[in-house]
Amino acid sequence: MEQIAEKQEARRGTSPQSTPVRMSGAQILWEVLEREGVEVVFGYPGGAIMPVYDALPASPIHHVLVRHEQGAAHMADGYARASGKVGVCVATSGPGATNLVTGIATAMLDSVPLVCITGQVSSTLLGSDAFQEIDITGITLPITKHNYLVTRAEDLAHSIREAFEVARSGRPGPVLVDITKDAQQATVPFRWSDEPVRLPGVRPARRLTHEQIERAASLINQAKRPLIFCGHGVIKAGASELLLRFAEKTGIPVASTLLGLGAFPASHELSLGMMGMHGEAWVNHAVQESDLLVAVGMRFDDRVTGNLKNYATAARKIHLEVDPAEVNKNVKADVAMLGDLGRSLERLLPAVAQREHQDWRARIRALREDSASRDVQGIPHQGRLRAPHVLHDLWRLTRGEALVVTDVGQHQMWEAQYYRHERPRSLLTSGGLGTMGFALPAAIGARFARPDEEIWVVVGDGGFQMTACELITCAQEGIKLNVALINNGYLGMVRQWQEFFYGGRYVATPLKSPDFVKLAEAHGLTAMRVTTREQVASAVDAARKAPGTAVIEFCVEGEEAVYPMVPANADLHAMIRRPSRIEESIHEP
Amino acid sequence: MSHDSAFAPSIGRRIARTFIVYVQDRPGTLNRVVSLFRRRGFNIDSLTVGRTEREGVSRITLVVQSDEDTARRLEANFYKLVNVLEVHDVTHAPSVSREMAFIKVRAGAERRGEILQLCETFRARVVDVAPESLTAEITGTSEKLDGLIELLRPFGILEMVRTGAVAMARGTAAQGSGGPSEGDLAA
Ligand SMILES: Cc1ncc(C[n+]2csc(CCOP(=O)(O)OP(=O)(O)O)c2C)c(N)n1
Ligand SMILES: [Mg+2]
Repeated sequence: MEQIAEKQEARRGTSPQSTPVRMSGAQILWEVLEREGVEVVFGYPGGAIMPVYDALPASPIHHVLVRHEQGAAHMADGYARASGKVGVCVATSGPGATNLVTGIATAMLDSVPLVCITGQVSSTLLGSDAFQEIDITGITLPITKHNYLVTRAEDLAHSIREAFEVARSGRPGPVLVDITKDAQQATVPFRWSDEPVRLPGVRPARRLTHEQIERAASLINQAKRPLIFCGHGVIKAGASELLLRFAEKTGIPVASTLLGLGAFPASHELSLGMMGMHGEAWVNHAVQESDLLVAVGMRFDDRVTGNLKNYATAARKIHLEVDPAEVNKNVKADVAMLGDLGRSLERLLPAVAQREHQDWRARIRALREDSASRDVQGIPHQGRLRAPHVLHDLWRLTRGEALVVTDVGQHQMWEAQYYRHERPRSLLTSGGLGTMGFALPAAIGARFARPDEEIWVVVGDGGFQMTACELITCAQEGIKLNVALINNGYLGMVRQWQEFFYGGRYVATPLKSPDFVKLAEAHGLTAMRVTTREQVASAVDAARKAPGTAVIEFCVEGEEAVYPMVPANADLHAMIRRPSRIEESIHEP
Repeated sequence: MSHDSAFAPSIGRRIARTFIVYVQDRPGTLNRVVSLFRRRGFNIDSLTVGRTEREGVSRITLVVQSDEDTARRLEANFYKLVNVLEVHDVTHAPSVSREMAFIKVRAGAERRGEILQLCETFRARVVDVAPESLTAEITGTSEKLDGLIELLRPFGILEMVRTGAVAMARGTAAQGSGGPSEGDLAA
């Protein structure tokens, strides 16, 4: 009781005169997390983090016990992507910390704000190769925005607060705080300050000059075949609404990166869909024909551009970007507008002219019609279950309103092509690192951010087996998720590359799986198997109605390929296309 | 220590560029700086680190071969490091730059006179003389050091060490005395 009273005292004690309370490093950690607005953390205990766990019951923060620390990092990541807040995970030293690495790298490449707390051996043992000592700040140096090794309880509060500030400011990213056991145990005075944290150093002011706005506007107003590129940054900056106004005023069609899906409504007449390696053919052709690209919050990743040498050669480029290091990295910008995307769009809006671009949009429509004849949706299923049909049906049945979390592989691309997202943060996927095993744990994290929304996990038979251990976390937490497990019996995306580029030699891609229905049932979850298209609707319905997590195994055609496809480093327009309906029907048995 | 990155658009003119970088004097800071170069494939000519007039602040002088775009990207990448306080590209600013070297050169009695004369011309000091060698200390611009080294090479250079350049802006205004600005932090 006394302790609680003291804690409350500390909470109120924001003036410098108030007497500081004495707290252990572990208590300070939870106190600061709570004050940073953290509601839930995902973690796994061990020797070097035990003082932190011992202090947990006194905190109102909910702890989710994961089954593998990689899951903890992905859950924190899913929570952050779904909420726009900082996600937090906790692990012990040594193997606990190294198990986080894939999850941290995933967050780094997709600019997701995380604070990862790891325990470390006592400061007196540092550098001695003590039991479970690993240099985790060294290991994570290139995959964090920044990291801290805290060896004194006195430094803890400040380091944690700074970690949150670094994680969410500018271009967000993961931050790791490694805390030695003695720093968790030591008792020191704690005084909270409401002063905002200031990061060290001076950063150059990024003011947009009048001249920049003029130049950008004049390029936009004079363009005949312009495109807007919508990236993940639009979602992070909360700039969807402004982008919509900008597109509607300028009449410029909008193409999206994988991570930008949802930032611009798919049903909008200006929406073109996804660009890049598995982008829509008409989008890639339009990019190659364009004379101006207005890139908003995207970084011209190689999966988007294909061969840079022949990429959009006729197009001028305007690059709106929050991270100055991304400008002129892959593609030279004619005008670079650095800083908050919303602010840049706001400045640009009054300067641009109202346009329609009738001819250009008619040209893109023509490109689109050619593609429609090759669309798999037009192909009859003839009693066979095809993954693209499943994704299309899922979109229809959930009226495009679900929050979808996808894994990595063919199913991920079909989801991006056939599930049409209308709002930001309605698709969570690992784009930059392409981490198999991401979906299930990320969806668990997302559930804590969005307790009332329908959530679907779309995952392959390969990726599911990487983090399937977290099914039991769903059961233990009583979480409701719907899992669409796309079982094609292959590591499908790799099999596709083998089919196209390695003479059809399927080496190490055919995949045996457990009985997924029994597996899910063994976790106490609802499960069903779907083998024909007719069963899809009733299974989706049953899954949605199930009180807890439900798994549907869709047994789909094994050798389906994702079309179109730009082979790695090929020119963007040199796509491998799905054989047209007529060609395909010849091959039908 | 260098490779040409495949992605960097190297269309501009590559010249030696000098950066002055102020960093927090914390464990691991230099590691972060070097790691940045390694990972992004920037070409380092030289890198020197030392204390400054400010407590807890170290100063790095860095010379890299790069074109203008790459230089801007390098600067932007520096600013992504939380421990980096300020970055100044002094390549085109009026500044003085000096490097120091010890050069141990083969110098038997018959050729010693010639070598001493060269040292004199370059204002290098002889800091050690042995029966078969002598060691010269030279301070100057990197180009001046290059000049002497080239002339001494035919005699046989036995050992050499160069410090790398340190640079400072001319005039009263100190680099990096500017107050905080309202830019985006650690973008
Ligand atoms: C952790 C990890 N290992 C390997 C890969 C390489 N990889 C990319 S897609 C893929 C196949 C995924 O198979 P599955 O999960 O069954 O999905 P499918 O492509 O069949 O839909 C592999 C192995 C990866 N992206 N991530
Ligand atoms: Mg598969």
